[in-house]
This record gives sequence, structure tokens and C-alpha cells, in this order.
Amino acid sequence: MQRVIYLGAEALVAEGEFLGRKAVFKLRLRKPYRVLELDREIVSRRTAAEARIMAMLRERGVNVPRILFVDPLYGLIVMEKVEGVVLRDALGVLSGEKACRAMAEFGREVGAMHKLGVAHGDITTSNAVLSNEDSIYILDLGLAKHVEDIEDLAVDLHLLIRVLESSHYAVKEDLLKCFMRSYRSVVGVDEARKIFERVAEIRMRGRYIEERKVRKVN
Amino acid sequence: MVIVLGVESTAHTFGIGIVSDEPRILADSRFNYVPARGGIHPREAADSFIKNAPSVLREALSQAGLSIDSIDVVAVALGPGLGPCLRVGATIARALSIYYSKPLTPVNHAVAHIEIGRMLTDARDPLVVYISGGNTVITAKQGGRYRVFGETLDIALGNFMDALVRELGLAPPYVVGGIHAIDRCSEGGRYVELPYVVKGQDTSYSGLLTAALRAYRSGVRVEDICFSAREVAYSSLVEVAERGLAQLGKTEILLVGGVAASRYLVEKFKALAEYRGVELYVVPPRYAVDNGVMIAWTGMLMFKYGVTIEPENAVVKQRWRLDAVDIYW
Repeated sequence: MQRVIYLGAEALVAEGEFLGRKAVFKLRLRKPYRVLELDREIVSRRTAAEARIMAMLRERGVNVPRILFVDPLYGLIVMEKVEGVVLRDALGVLSGEKACRAMAEFGREVGAMHKLGVAHGDITTSNAVLSNEDSIYILDLGLAKHVEDIEDLAVDLHLLIRVLESSHYAVKEDLLKCFMRSYRSVVGVDEARKIFERVAEIRMRGRYIEERKVRKVN
Repeated sequence: MVIVLGVESTAHTFGIGIVSDEPRILADSRFNYVPARGGIHPREAADSFIKNAPSVLREALSQAGLSIDSIDVVAVALGPGLGPCLRVGATIARALSIYYSKPLTPVNHAVAHIEIGRMLTDARDPLVVYISGGNTVITAKQGGRYRVFGETLDIALGNFMDALVRELGLAPPYVVGGIHAIDRCSEGGRYVELPYVVKGQDTSYSGLLTAALRAYRSGVRVEDICFSAREVAYSSLVEVAERGLAQLGKTEILLVGGVAASRYLVEKFKALAEYRGVELYVVPPRYAVDNGVMIAWTGMLMFKYGVTIEPENAVVKQRWRLDAVDIYW
């Protein structure tokens, strides 16, 4: 018996049982706004990549759900269920101190992932679960990829800051500090500084940034 | 009753609109600069604005059947946009404000695109997709600002479309009879693989442009290039919008800005809205493109919340971000 728990932007997520244990079924749906060829290509590519990266991260000690079954052509991944609350919702109800601890855990996991050279690609507070044991699990690695350069790692942080600005704007600064402190301790001070500098640079690339200098006319 | 005259001159349109707070559009007069070839040349555009501004102003007043004395407030788009173009509108607005002793209200062009969309549709609290030649932004009002949820990391969607057809030798003119050249050349096209880039909530089109032109040079049919480039560009935008809906929990989408006039893009958003069970609102084509009415209307909103500026401080801001403006309503 399966129960749909979430229709995300990327996939339909259902809960049920798989081989006798509680499981989450992530099914990438065909998007009616994409032509078939493009849609198939995106679905199978992302499904296979997601499963591969999840398996690798888990093996190297990053908190992601364990994979139970994969079928790229159907866009299906079956994974174990993590009991807990979506971080976005948790941050809305937790006290300042607990919210900070959750963000610190989040920073530690993202840091560990980045240290392995993996960028998440869609790191939001909706894509993390605060487990019943108070650890953070990273979900939805559909856009995750191995990267050589710090650019994509910086894009992750840039996105996260943007999410904090748009969804948690009232407490953005505090939450960000809690996140960054543990992130820095995991990836290392020097590497973190390089990444933060790139984040600032990416921010400047956005449209109509006031701090950015107008190009000089010769 | 309050009557506001709005001046738009951020890019290729010099427009003057007059609105009352009923709300009613009393006048909508425009001059469009069309480059003979290539893209917008800012100084040429500004020169053409200077030549045509007096007649646009006279035309607006005559449409409204008003003399300048009946105007209560002058509103002006101070940015974001092209410096030389912006300065023409700002100079005229400051002059009107000083000479006729009218309060002056500064308006952000991006906010104006959104507010005219909200005024002309039933959208109440939408996820806004603002797409034009210079902007590709997914935004929603949260805590007194339009917060930017996603945007292009390089060139804007409209800019991408224009550059592609220009490089393919199909434009200018870019839009004929309300249809963009990329839609015309897409007819009969088949899908060929091109790089589909979504970085989280952001899109990127410069790599797609390069790849599409490379494919063209390597002999892929032009209709296949147009079709596939459009498909990839639009799909990635719609996907990012879908992410915005999921993250922000919105149940309405509002399309604004010049590219919102693209029927094919609207079809894609219709498919998304149906699929997710949300309402889609699209600003009418006439007000999707730049115009003075949207500046006048947003000036009205700003003025009602006490936002005015002294003419000597009303300098243009070429990089005035959408999320830097306090929204009181």
C-alpha cells in the first residue's frame, strides 16, 4: 500500500513498504510542459545520477537515505524512510537555540558532502529532514553532481542563502551563522574562505547589483 | 480622486501613462525605438526619445482630456535600465515636477511590471514570473518585499531569444504581429539535444546560446535549432517556476514582462498550472511590454503610502534591484 506524501517540483514522493520495511518511493513524473525526448532524457539521466551519488555519499558517511531499488527508465528510486520533520517546517516552530542546532547539523552534512566534491544543486530547507534523533538527512539529490571546481559548491551556498532570504527572512542572519560555523569546521577554514569568496562573487553576477561597479568606459 | 502621470524610458520604449485611483487608465501614449540593425543602441534610443517625448506627452494629455494642471502626481521609472534612456525620462519628470509644482514619485520598473499585472488580472498573492529582454526573475511578495526566488545567472530570456535569431540572421525585426522570430522559425522543427541548465532555482542561457549557434554552424537545420533552443530555454524556466511553487506554497502564477506575450510560453505555463492545480494569470499583451501606464499605476500605489522624492534627488539607478524596494501594500 502506498500513500502519496508530496508532489514536489521534481517528483512524486510516496510512502509504503518495500521488501517488508518502511520505504519512500520517489517517482519522477513526466512533465507535460516538456517535449517527450527532452523529458525522457532528463528523467533517466537524473534518476541514475541521483541513485549513484546517494549510494556513494552514504558509503562515505554523509546522512542520506539508504537506497533499496532503482529503475532509471521509469524514473523510480526506492529508499528507506527517515523518520522526522522537513527542516523548513521545523525551523518555523523550533526555538532559536534548537533551530540553530538543526542548522548546525545541516551545515555539517552539507560540509561533508562538499568535502567529497559533491554539489547538491538544489539545497533548500525543504530538501533536508530533521530526524527523530536530531540529525539532518539530505534529500533530493536529483541535481547533485561531482564537481572539480568550487563554483558549484558556492552556487549551493548561494541558493541556500537565497532560500533563507525568501522563506525564513526574519531569522536569516542567525540561522546562516549556525550553518556556516559547522560548515567551516568540516570543510576547513581555508577551503571555506575560498568558497565564501566565490559566493560573494556569484551574488555580484545577479542582475542589477548595486555594489557591482559599472564597467569603465575607455 | 488622485490622478498620476507616469513616465517610462528604461529601454526601447518612451511611454507616458495617466491613471486615476478608481482605478482607471486615462491615457497610454508610447514611442518605440526600433534599431535598424543589431540590438538597442542606448544613445540612439535616448536621442529618439528626446525627439519624440513632447508629442508623446501631448498625446497622453489629449487622450485623457486633461491639462497638466489636473495631474496630481508625476511618477517616473528611475531604474533598472539603460542609463542614457533612463535619463531622458528622469529629466522630463523632474522638469514637470518642478515647473508645475507636482510631487514626484520614484518607481522601480520591475515592480511596475508586476503591479500592472496584478491590477489587470485577478491574481492576489502569486508567484510572479517576470520575463523580458533584460529580466528573468521568479519572485513573490514575502515580508514587505518582492523576494527573488530564482533568476538567470547570465543573460535574460528575452535577450537570449533576440540574440539567437539575430545571430541566425532572422532579425531584426524581432517581433512581428506579436510573434517573436524564434516562434516563426521553430515551425516544423524537431528536437535535437542542447544543454539544459537548471542550477537549483536559477536558469542560465548563455551556454545554450553558444551551443545552439555551434550546432547551427555544424549543419543542423535552422528550424530544429530554433525549436530545440526555445524548448530548452522555456522548459528550464517553467521548471524553476515549478520549484518556486513547491518551495513557497503559492497557488497562483502571474506572468509579466515582454516575453509573457509569447503564446508558446504561455501554453507551457498553462500545462504547468493544470498539472499542479494552480491558477495561471497572464498580463494582457499590451501591458506585458514596457509602458507608461504601469509606472503611473505603481506611482499611485507608492504615492498613497507617502513615497515621494525631491527632484534634486531623483537620479537614475541603472542597477536598482527588485528586492531593494519596500512594498507597503
